[in-house]
Amino acid sequence: MKAKGKVFKYGDNVDTDVIIPARYLSTGDPKELRKHCMEDIDKDFAKNVEEGDIIVGRKNFGCGSSREHAPIAIKASGVSCVIAETFARIFYRNSFNVGLPIIESSEAAKKIEKDDELEIDFQTGEIRNLTKNEIYKGQPYPEFIQKIIENEGLVNYVKSNL
Amino acid sequence: MGMTMTQKILAEHANLKEVVPDQFIEADLDMVLGNDITAPVAIKEFFKMGGKDVFHKEKVALVPDHFTPNKDIKSAEQCKYMREFAYDKDIKNYFEIGEMGIEHALLPEKGLVVAGDVVIGADSHTCTYGALGAFSTGVGSTDMAAGMARGKCWFKVPSAIKFELTGKPNKFVSGKDIILHIIGKIGVDGARYKSMEFMGDGIANLSMDDRFTIANMAIEAGAKNGIFIVDDRTRAYIQNHSTREFKEYTPDADAIYDEEYTIDLATIRPTLSFPYSPDNTRTIDEVEDIEIDQIVIGSCTNGRIDDLRAAAEILKGNKIDRKVRAIIFPATQKIYLQAIEEGLIKIFIEAGAIVSTPTCGPCLGGHMGILAEGERAVATTNRNFVGRMGHAKSEVYLASPAIAAASAITGKITNPEDII
Repeated sequence: MKAKGKVFKYGDNVDTDVIIPARYLSTGDPKELRKHCMEDIDKDFAKNVEEGDIIVGRKNFGCGSSREHAPIAIKASGVSCVIAETFARIFYRNSFNVGLPIIESSEAAKKIEKDDELEIDFQTGEIRNLTKNEIYKGQPYPEFIQKIIENEGLVNYVKSNL
Repeated sequence: MGMTMTQKILAEHANLKEVVPDQFIEADLDMVLGNDITAPVAIKEFFKMGGKDVFHKEKVALVPDHFTPNKDIKSAEQCKYMREFAYDKDIKNYFEIGEMGIEHALLPEKGLVVAGDVVIGADSHTCTYGALGAFSTGVGSTDMAAGMARGKCWFKVPSAIKFELTGKPNKFVSGKDIILHIIGKIGVDGARYKSMEFMGDGIANLSMDDRFTIANMAIEAGAKNGIFIVDDRTRAYIQNHSTREFKEYTPDADAIYDEEYTIDLATIRPTLSFPYSPDNTRTIDEVEDIEIDQIVIGSCTNGRIDDLRAAAEILKGNKIDRKVRAIIFPATQKIYLQAIEEGLIKIFIEAGAIVSTPTCGPCLGGHMGILAEGERAVATTNRNFVGRMGHAKSEVYLASPAIAAASAITGKITNPEDII
């Protein structure tokens, strides 16, 4: 599986309240949530994001509330992958569970800039920066997480284990 | 190899003799929790998984507390969906608003969590029950769904940071000041993926309500869980609230901690977190004149009886500044009633505050106290991120009930020592 798209770049500690503010949580509908994704730190995100685009953050991406609406909103926006130096743990779990690909890579998160064009190979964990002509390597996934990825989320994994 | 408290609880619930950090395990669950925002998503996932009945009718708790009493039609629909599921699946621990409370104050009060339990909740502040010596952690809706279906959850075994607490906190230094001090020290990702384990002789000087507040905000340091060693006060609390058997865990003498901090509670000053991060802390002595528009006292962090008593002590006989909106919400119906019986509610209303039914509303910018552009609040809640309590250009200053109450009287952030 491969992904290709342009980068939306953010800083440290992007919290789930800014990814999807609580005032929109009276629904779990992905189509509704995508309209307000990132709006408190990037009000034009929903307007500008295109299918395949990639979010890059720095440290502790997705901290705060456990709302699964956050990775759901990002995924529903068409984002193909989130890259960060580190992820907050609940967001990390939730992303795999809902089938939103995420990659931890310090080098990538530091070097990639806004609007860079990236190509990601999820098999090899290789992130190719087409704008800068650089290649970064993502952290390999633990074996257990790989099983969830292969099942495209926890739902199918549980289904086959229930 | 020696294990931490958390590792021992997880090992036992995974039927393993020993676990080591970073090991993936599957553990049996004693309680699975959800609320009116996260449970509706979880219930849909539960059905997608092929779920029929929940794994145990007494080990699932559903609490409509976030946007309740229903703030709008969409919220009402979400609550209705959860309510119908609860009745259809015969879930014993569903709490309608007349007997409800904010989930993390309610579950300990109802005796639903005891020492040694493993609890997951689709709410990040599920880590609160670490105050009782339980392992409890926040997860998302899909994990909650899997937990309801199977009674199991996968975990990566965490390493840990040890906090050795010594000494006695001064007056007006509460659990809130202690945890804000710690978050300021280690940062919002200082304990990312790890356990925060609290021990030491200073713990005897902390009430259970102080400990709930401290464990509650472990997530604000990025922790997987916060957990206290069990002492006489914990045992008394559990025995007064629950008939369940409980099990105490202590860390092995050779348990390995990534880091160890010794904190003398007597040296901590009343502490606040400035916008827009819980680790942006200042002591009250470092605060210049900051005018405020609102104070909020309550939430899963600080809506317990100790918190209300601390606020009442300061508000008694005083008037709230006419430019300040003071909103106080007891965390459960039981706490509310106790506050009435103790005369606290009378003090609040005579001082010029409003008192609300239990709800998470204002804490997450849901309802009951949203901020306009440019407005500032001192809140005893747990997060002050951009837009958390309303407009993206509003500001939340996190603090103890004593600081919030003192600030309500003067209209600016105020040291409670200056009021009494």
